[in-house]
Amino acid sequence: MNIIITGLISGSLLALLAIGFSLIFGVARIVNIAHTAFYMVAAYCIYYLSIGLGLNAILSMLIAVAGVTIIGLLAYKLVIDPIREHEAAVLIATIALAMFFQEVVLQLFTGDYRSVDFLIQGFFTIGGNKIFYQQLLTFGVVLVILLVVWFLLMKTRLGLAIRSTAEDREVANLMGMNESRLAMITMGISVALAGITGAVIGPLMVLTPHMWMEPLIIMMAVVVLGGLGSIKGSFIAAYILGFTEALVVFLVPTGAFLKGPVALTTMILVLLIRPEGLFGVAFEEER
Amino acid sequence: MGLLGFYLRKFYSLVRGEVLVLPSRTIVGLFIIAILGLPLITRDPYLFRVVIFTSIFAILAASWDLLSGFTGQLNFGHALFFGVGAYSSAILNTHVHIPPWGSVPLGAVVAVLAGLIIGIPCLRLKHTYLALTTLAFPIILLGIIIALPDYTGGELGMSGLQRFTNSLMGNYYLHVITMLVLCFVMWKITDSNTGIIFHAIREDELAVKASGINTTRYKLLAFTLSGFFAGISGGLYAHYMRIAGPSTLEVSMSFTVVIWAIFGGAATIYGPVAGVFILYPLLEIARFWPEYRMMIFSVFVLVILLYMPEGFIPWVRDKIEKECPRCKIRSVAARKTCRVCTAQLD
Repeated sequence: MNIIITGLISGSLLALLAIGFSLIFGVARIVNIAHTAFYMVAAYCIYYLSIGLGLNAILSMLIAVAGVTIIGLLAYKLVIDPIREHEAAVLIATIALAMFFQEVVLQLFTGDYRSVDFLIQGFFTIGGNKIFYQQLLTFGVVLVILLVVWFLLMKTRLGLAIRSTAEDREVANLMGMNESRLAMITMGISVALAGITGAVIGPLMVLTPHMWMEPLIIMMAVVVLGGLGSIKGSFIAAYILGFTEALVVFLVPTGAFLKGPVALTTMILVLLIRPEGLFGVAFEEER
Repeated sequence: MGLLGFYLRKFYSLVRGEVLVLPSRTIVGLFIIAILGLPLITRDPYLFRVVIFTSIFAILAASWDLLSGFTGQLNFGHALFFGVGAYSSAILNTHVHIPPWGSVPLGAVVAVLAGLIIGIPCLRLKHTYLALTTLAFPIILLGIIIALPDYTGGELGMSGLQRFTNSLMGNYYLHVITMLVLCFVMWKITDSNTGIIFHAIREDELAVKASGINTTRYKLLAFTLSGFFAGISGGLYAHYMRIAGPSTLEVSMSFTVVIWAIFGGAATIYGPVAGVFILYPLLEIARFWPEYRMMIFSVFVLVILLYMPEGFIPWVRDKIEKECPRCKIRSVAARKTCRVCTAQLD
């Protein structure tokens, strides 16, 4: 039972992060290492607003998500956009950005462990296992957000533009899509997703300025496993890896050390059989 | 005496004709003289320590460049080679009691094997898939090392390694000269026919395949060569620190290598070396404000990249030198005509 709950929660966290990451990669070909740093910043914003300033929890979440989105867009405009043509430079720019956020948070809030209050208190028990209402709420919110993202991508004109740009940037540009504006919008959506992740998962996690490192690796594994740019693939792969981690932690001795390695080994084994990921489309030989 | 004079004159004309004509070569020459002559000016142990670490990491950054800069196979897990080199020479030194002279090269050989093991499956992957998959390997190894504390010391690492020598000067010259020699070897490799094929694989792999070259074999060669040099630097690091710890395998280690190499300018070998020699001492200077250290570092990298996205060293090089449009030979930027074919420089 514990395995199912932990698996569902970490799977949801990974799914939200991975979808944001693969959106911006698909549209703008940016490998955004700073993606999980935005999630960390959002969690800290909520901590500051709700505990530091004593605002209402839901209000502070909304402000935090909006704030993080603005920070993300500013960072994109100032740092990433001017060097878009140089892929390697973008890569280390995002690494440096993530380090910068980590240091700023470290300065403002120190390295102590923090935590955010649950939105709703209380728990019920099934078969001797505690299930907090907060966990159910988190899972529900994640499902709703995933549905919203799916609707946005599949049913709206903006979604169509995003998907076609992800498929072939040049042709989309020729068909009259403003590629740079689209990249900007996608960056906004992607950072907002990271912010929402921070908002809904925050209460279940311990906040430290280094909390972006661990999900970053597994998130990348999820994205690769599901196939780059495939939303459905990211979703399924996130739950596969989430449950793998949960199984290892609960069933294997010294599992806490091995959860990352086992999840990553799973990814590598799958990649050996299908080099383009579970649902990825094999890229044409790019020239 | 006459013979000596003859060779001296030959050496002088070689230096004047080949080195002093280009500012970039003059700078490299001055750098080598400066780093070898540093002990004449000061004997500060702290300064020596910084230069030794910088040299070790310069080898590492250059080896990343040999693989990722030249063949374009982005390796995000370069800490794997470094860590494998460090840990295997540590195990050989403490458990088998092989002196450092033997354990560092053997550790590098183990790193080559690691390069083969991850290279063979990874070469089926392309671009970002490759980058993100290689990121996974050091973390897997780190998990195994921490889960097996009996052989590897777990989270504390393996300590009590022998040093090469205990003298200050000996250590300094050992590391600096190793760095200079290995970087020269790497530069020579990239300057040879093999290096040209590496370049071509990055630019257009399909065209290289179409020319009848087995690209997989060359990519594997790049993986093993890079693993060898990174393994040596890992072994040197472990023996100088006298400890091989989990920090050698961390994600931040892999990222730092990438930052150094791309900051200096990828696909040049001298770029990453210069990048380390700029950024590592900068990080040391920033120790005066310890709480803002990493922030200064990241802001510095961001600002430099914003203005020089190709990397710092290629930017400087383009400022002081011009390439001849006809014969592709570089001349000082102040010249009006090419120094070889006298074509007009624009």
